Amino acid sequence: MAALPTLEKPPAALADLPVGRPRTGWRKYWHLYAAISPFYLLFLCFGLIPVGFSLYLSFHRWDGLGSMEWAGLSQYRYLLSDTEFWSSIGTTIVIWALATFPMIFLAMVTAVMLNSAVRFKNLYRVAYFLPNVTSVVAIAIIFGSVFSTNFGLVNAFLQAVGFDQIAWLNTPWGIRIAIATLMTWQWTGYNAIIFLAGLQTVPGELYEAARMDGAGPVQTFFRITLPMMRPVLLFVLVVSTVTGLQSFSEPQVLLQNTSNDSTFSGGPGHAGRTMVLYFFQQTFDNNDFGYGAAVAWGIFLVVVLFSIINWRLVQRRGED
Amino acid sequence: MASTQGNRRTKRIDGTARRGVALHAGLVLGVLLSAFPFYWAVIMSTHTSSEIFSYPPKLLPGTHFPENLRSLFDNIDFFGSMFNSLLVAGTVTFLVLFFDSLAAFVFAKFAFPGKRLLFVLLMFIFMVPAQLQAIPQFVIMAKLGWIGSMTALIVPAAANAFGIFWMRQYMKGAIHDELLDASRIDGAHFLRQYWHVALPVVRPGLAFLGIFTFMGQWNDYAWPLIALTNPDNVTLQVALSQLNGTHGTTDYGMVMTGALLALVPLLIVFAIGARQMIGDLAKGAIK
Repeated sequence: MAALPTLEKPPAALADLPVGRPRTGWRKYWHLYAAISPFYLLFLCFGLIPVGFSLYLSFHRWDGLGSMEWAGLSQYRYLLSDTEFWSSIGTTIVIWALATFPMIFLAMVTAVMLNSAVRFKNLYRVAYFLPNVTSVVAIAIIFGSVFSTNFGLVNAFLQAVGFDQIAWLNTPWGIRIAIATLMTWQWTGYNAIIFLAGLQTVPGELYEAARMDGAGPVQTFFRITLPMMRPVLLFVLVVSTVTGLQSFSEPQVLLQNTSNDSTFSGGPGHAGRTMVLYFFQQTFDNNDFGYGAAVAWGIFLVVVLFSIINWRLVQRRGED
Repeated sequence: MASTQGNRRTKRIDGTARRGVALHAGLVLGVLLSAFPFYWAVIMSTHTSSEIFSYPPKLLPGTHFPENLRSLFDNIDFFGSMFNSLLVAGTVTFLVLFFDSLAAFVFAKFAFPGKRLLFVLLMFIFMVPAQLQAIPQFVIMAKLGWIGSMTALIVPAAANAFGIFWMRQYMKGAIHDELLDASRIDGAHFLRQYWHVALPVVRPGLAFLGIFTFMGQWNDYAWPLIALTNPDNVTLQVALSQLNGTHGTTDYGMVMTGALLALVPLLIVFAIGARQMIGDLAKGAIK
């Protein structure tokens, strides 16, 4: 495979070869450090310093303009007793659960179907992936109209089959269901493709053996497919936890004009105000940068804790 | 269940055929559900608001697309904000591909003091959540005088840990050491090895990273919303959401037209890269 070194070296290249004492240390490696430095410089300026600064900020009171004032632990103490923050955690988890469990179920079903389909395989894959490619803003606008009270498609359907209309974007559960539906729609296909990748790693002999033993499709799924898929399931669950608990654009775009007090309010009764929306409201509406920083660390902690819990749950089930 | 041999065989053949039909029916249903919101947006973009308000809902295209298009262009600087989005997404994609692949090449194929430590740091950075950085980034940008300009969007995104990690994994497998050794003996210096040996081999990996970066930037909403304070100078996503906020209840036809048009560049990029991307995802996602 490797091209053999040519014997006739151009004289210019020969002249470039290092002559005399071997280069050492920084002089020998400088080009390597130079090549990786853009990322680390950017990270230093816009990653590390910001994270350090946000820790510093969380111990201060600051409106973004005036001078900072030492606040000690008082903002964290306030955070612990802040019922609005706690209710935003609850809202976030409810929306996450409403979106994630149907999504994982549907993605699994889709993946199994895709795996047994022989024809149009690539066409299906592209079609299922499409929702994930689109912008959340455009999709939130479209879903806003689908769930609209006066002329929304969902209500038109309900009316047609004889039910009462529901003020989807005006009631707590309507808001949560609308956001969750949007998220489920956007991520099911993506996760189905990931599951499909996992399904293809399951050895075919296992299925053959199961068929020989007379196992039906349902039995095969629960005895072979699901156990073999556990690592992929874990990956999907952790990724959807990290992204789902940080949802911002979906509720923000969907609900920004349903309430008058703030574009980050999460709709009537704050029913769709997720943790990150609350962070934005505290920081950029109230100009309370110090408390905003404390809220951000609170969110970070919730996400890490929740990811660990999810991880543990799936892993433990794997042990028996 | 256990009847005669022949009976069971016919039953099985019937069962597989029926299952095949059910399978494709299920898959097509899924595709319809995936596609429906797009279809619905197309329908709404071709009707006037009063038609949209009528019951029963319109399920077929109307004739008012040109009018909706005109009021869209009257209400927001559509092409201006689309140009901003293209500028940001295009520049960032180019910079990310260059910086990430260069750094990945070093991590994948060279040894130097401190490499392990720097790589562990990189993986750690990968996990830091975005909103922890939002306030300080805003403050830093304000101090630099970048708030309101595209620089605030481009510079922090110019290189990222995910891309370096992805390209490193790709390069480790794709670039053979013998090839590098040969070029070294030929006297190729570092940049030459990167440009002429490494890059041509990893083009599929670059395509994947490029498409994902472009999409991420095109669809980014939270940071441009904060950083672009001047309403005349925003990206397409922010302009769209302004349209929804101020006109959402009055002219849905226009808003839908905007939402739909904003998807077109993405769909073009996706159409170009779909085969590459889906193939790569299905193969390389789980390792």
